[in-house]
Amino acid sequence: MTVAAAGSVASAAGLVQSIDWLAIAPPTITAVAALVVLVADLFVPEHHKPLLGALTITGLVAALLTLLPLRDGDRTTFCLPADPTVCSYTADHFALVIQLLVLGGALLTALLSLSGIRELPVGEYWFLLLASAAGAALLPASRDLATLVVALEVASLPAFALVGLRRGDRRSSEAALKFFLSSVTATAVMLLGVSFVYAATGTLHLTQVAARLDGGVPAQLVTLATAGVALTLVGFAFKAAAAPFHFWVPDTYVGAPLPIAAYLSVVGKAVGFSGLILVTVIGFPSYAHVWGPVLAVLAALTMTVGNTAALRQSATRAGGAVRLLAWSSVGQAGYLLVPIAAAGYADTARIGSTVAYALMYAIVNLGAFAVVVLVTRTKPLNRLSDYRGLASQRPAVALAMGFFLLCLAGLPPGIIGLFAKVTVFSTAVDAGLGWLAVVMAVNVVIALYYYLQWTAALFRAPEGTPTGDGTGEPSGAGELVIRPAPAALTAAIALTAVAALALSGAPQLVLRFAATGLF
Amino acid sequence: MIDISESVMQFLLALIVAGPLIGAVAALLPAPPGLRGKSPDQAVLRHGVTVTGAILIAAIVLALGFDHAHPSRMQATTDVSWIAALDIRIHLGIDGISLPLLVLTALLTFLCALYSYFKLPAGPSPKAFVALLLVLESGTLATFAVLDLLLFFLAFEMVLIPMYFLIARWGGSEGVTGGRQAAAWKFILYTLLGSVVMLLGLLLIGLRAGTFDMVALATDNGRGLSTSVQVIAVLAIGIGLAVKTPMWPLHTWLPDAHTAAPTVGSVLLAGVLLKMGTYGFVRIVLPIAPDGLRIFAPYLAAFAVVGIVYGSLACLALAGQGASGDLKRLIAYSSVGHMGFVLLGIATMTPTGVNGALFANIAHGLITGLLFFLVGAVKDRYGTADLDTLAGATGAALYGRAPRLGGLLAFAAVASLGLPGLAGFWGEMLTMFGAFDPADGLSRPAFLTFMVIAGFGTLLTAAYLLIVVRRVCMGVKPPEAPHLADVRTYELAAWTPLVALTVLAGLWPAALLGLTDPAVQKLLAGGKS
Repeated sequence: MTVAAAGSVASAAGLVQSIDWLAIAPPTITAVAALVVLVADLFVPEHHKPLLGALTITGLVAALLTLLPLRDGDRTTFCLPADPTVCSYTADHFALVIQLLVLGGALLTALLSLSGIRELPVGEYWFLLLASAAGAALLPASRDLATLVVALEVASLPAFALVGLRRGDRRSSEAALKFFLSSVTATAVMLLGVSFVYAATGTLHLTQVAARLDGGVPAQLVTLATAGVALTLVGFAFKAAAAPFHFWVPDTYVGAPLPIAAYLSVVGKAVGFSGLILVTVIGFPSYAHVWGPVLAVLAALTMTVGNTAALRQSATRAGGAVRLLAWSSVGQAGYLLVPIAAAGYADTARIGSTVAYALMYAIVNLGAFAVVVLVTRTKPLNRLSDYRGLASQRPAVALAMGFFLLCLAGLPPGIIGLFAKVTVFSTAVDAGLGWLAVVMAVNVVIALYYYLQWTAALFRAPEGTPTGDGTGEPSGAGELVIRPAPAALTAAIALTAVAALALSGAPQLVLRFAATGLF
Repeated sequence: MIDISESVMQFLLALIVAGPLIGAVAALLPAPPGLRGKSPDQAVLRHGVTVTGAILIAAIVLALGFDHAHPSRMQATTDVSWIAALDIRIHLGIDGISLPLLVLTALLTFLCALYSYFKLPAGPSPKAFVALLLVLESGTLATFAVLDLLLFFLAFEMVLIPMYFLIARWGGSEGVTGGRQAAAWKFILYTLLGSVVMLLGLLLIGLRAGTFDMVALATDNGRGLSTSVQVIAVLAIGIGLAVKTPMWPLHTWLPDAHTAAPTVGSVLLAGVLLKMGTYGFVRIVLPIAPDGLRIFAPYLAAFAVVGIVYGSLACLALAGQGASGDLKRLIAYSSVGHMGFVLLGIATMTPTGVNGALFANIAHGLITGLLFFLVGAVKDRYGTADLDTLAGATGAALYGRAPRLGGLLAFAAVASLGLPGLAGFWGEMLTMFGAFDPADGLSRPAFLTFMVIAGFGTLLTAAYLLIVVRRVCMGVKPPEAPHLADVRTYELAAWTPLVALTVLAGLWPAALLGLTDPAVQKLLAGGKS
């Protein structure tokens, strides 16, 4: 936006730019809601603090509703006065789908947080969450490098604070610091890359960058441009938690409040991936020979590292459940990278598979985190072994969790997970990346192993009962009083489960993005 | 035989595929008033019998309405778009190849549900058991009814989770290293590893040929695919199917899974699940990538005959005195041998061989299903399936103590060894005939050698089955032995159809071959005929 503003200063006539307020409504409403919550926090008495949560949810729902009138995907704003086809903000289908994902993810995170953040400073928590969501909603629609960087930072900076919000908890502070330092380094590297690209092309608008990189760069600047392209990717690869920039993930997820871990695993990733798609496919298509192979290798590396680490999680370690989800999210990031890498070899229509996969992943991963939040209420250690026998205490929750895990694994009855993987496979096979498809196949089997082990544990007899005693009645369950789950948490689990079930019946709902061009 | 309108046929086939799934969901819900029965457990088990019974009736009506004059034509077809993005269509249909397997599946599942109604395997709630059984049935029936590659894969995978839980939660740990959990893990991991590779092969075919539709691809008969694509695809798909079949040396999950599974689990595993592998070979590999298969056919046949001999030798070793062989494990190994015949028949790529393979498929489903039922009954009565403990010094004396059970066991054993006049004979004979004169382009001397080895395998099969009969059925009845119940009414009800069909298929093979032969001719010829 700054660049657009600077551009409009140049011509005196265009001093006042006309802005399409509806097009920018989703991120704007979220940002305004954030400010309202921050101010309201000062005046709301302590016993009325839950109102802030309701306010947050209202704001997010309102932002989601504004996506409806935009669904034609043909609006742009903040365009150059000289050339109205070059815009900084574009609400095309890609932007809208990612905004739906991001805002929906934030909404579910808010539902998870309603019951679990008593010990946290409530006002700050809601403000930071909304602020980060506003940045994340802005990012997929931005079409120049400066706006992209600003959006990325708006999405990230509140996230650092959210991770470290548990005052007095050493692990929380350490996690925040780790997250912050590595993220800032990545941002610095990315800014360097952006400046190189700017130096080589003289523009920040992605479409113009693409046009000038395609033969318009002077011979002595080609190396600079190539270095710029590579360095810019690093920043987004970090956000997407692609190996070798993934090391912050497990500690950060375990240290952060649980809803924030869920938020990072879904929205944080979506931010990284949409940025990566924008710069590669729109910004640097002529350098596909550079980023295509690099991303393919990164994809293979990421899924292998994530899945093998997830495989090695022991059942009795404290925080093991979140750690497993953290590593599995690294593995899933690898699958998400595959279509982008394939776009470097074939046409751009392929990246829709990433979007479809991300939507599926967002729903089931948030569902799995919702169940983890619920289980953690009674078993704060959050070990994997705590899930044993969940079926006998909360059959519906165990069924939902089993379904989420099977979706993540991509095994029927998790049909949507299976077909999302099939689209990713087909992009790889179609682009001639046979080796990547095989690496992915091996990884899918590795992942199946740990997801299935978790699923199997849900339905095993609870600890303390001899296995296979034939009664199915847990002997130790008598003393254990099962508290009813909070309404918001139940709503979150039900919402994700219904969505995942609906998608399994009609996968076309998300998979259609895989077949059409989104830009 | 009877004239049923096409739309009713379509509905019946859709019902057969989707009905069990709806039944599975219904099984998890509380029973409505009026259907509560004596206890919740009894009500849900009765629900299982009702649903599988209804599906069986639908399958029989479908078989009656099937146009027997044109078994090579796809009938009762439904073709609607499901996932346009991936070009996946819900394409259902049956021909002479899939119809017998469909009816066999419906029959075996119904018999298993009936058997469980009276004798539920020890384990957690029957609710989950019935639901899993029904999901399993839906998956297997769908495998035989779908005509879309990716839908086939989906159905193929759908059976894994139910089977895993049936083994891990309702199985027994006796005679399995690592217990039933380990056996269930081995089963699911092996199959998954194979099927992920298979998915890659299916995608390769679908993307290169531009369609996932099996009928279109089969009509094309591989002409739209280059030989190198076919070779890679056959290798990838073949591995997935060979694990499921199972083909030696990918069979190692089978003995543990069979030994650990509850009786009904073993029956369905042997009777139905293994057929999914061989059906895939016939329905997908043979017509869609014939050039690729022609290159691999000698290897497939070689592995098949090694499997025949290996399975028989393993059984001989287990049947011997002092080997402490488990009866269920022994029958599992005998399955490896029998499926070797099926694979040999497919590898010949001739109508004779493939018809033999399909016949052997059905016969194996009937006979081995019966054998697992009988061994389960023996295990219940004696408390063990360990052959040495069972037989003691002279033999288990089943003839003396439970004459009808002993007679049935002897009947199933001689049927399994391929006695002429019973179902086991025709399949083995036809596959060996096929190997005697393999398709053009295949080395005749090699296949003649395979035929001789396979013939030798039948001798070994006869040897171990007769040893089993001698050790289990004969022997001196100990004077102080407690009374053993002979065949009970519900057992008789569950077993009689299998016995009757075994005899029928043995005496009147034309009933089955008349269905499969035109369809096989068409598959092998592709769109040329």
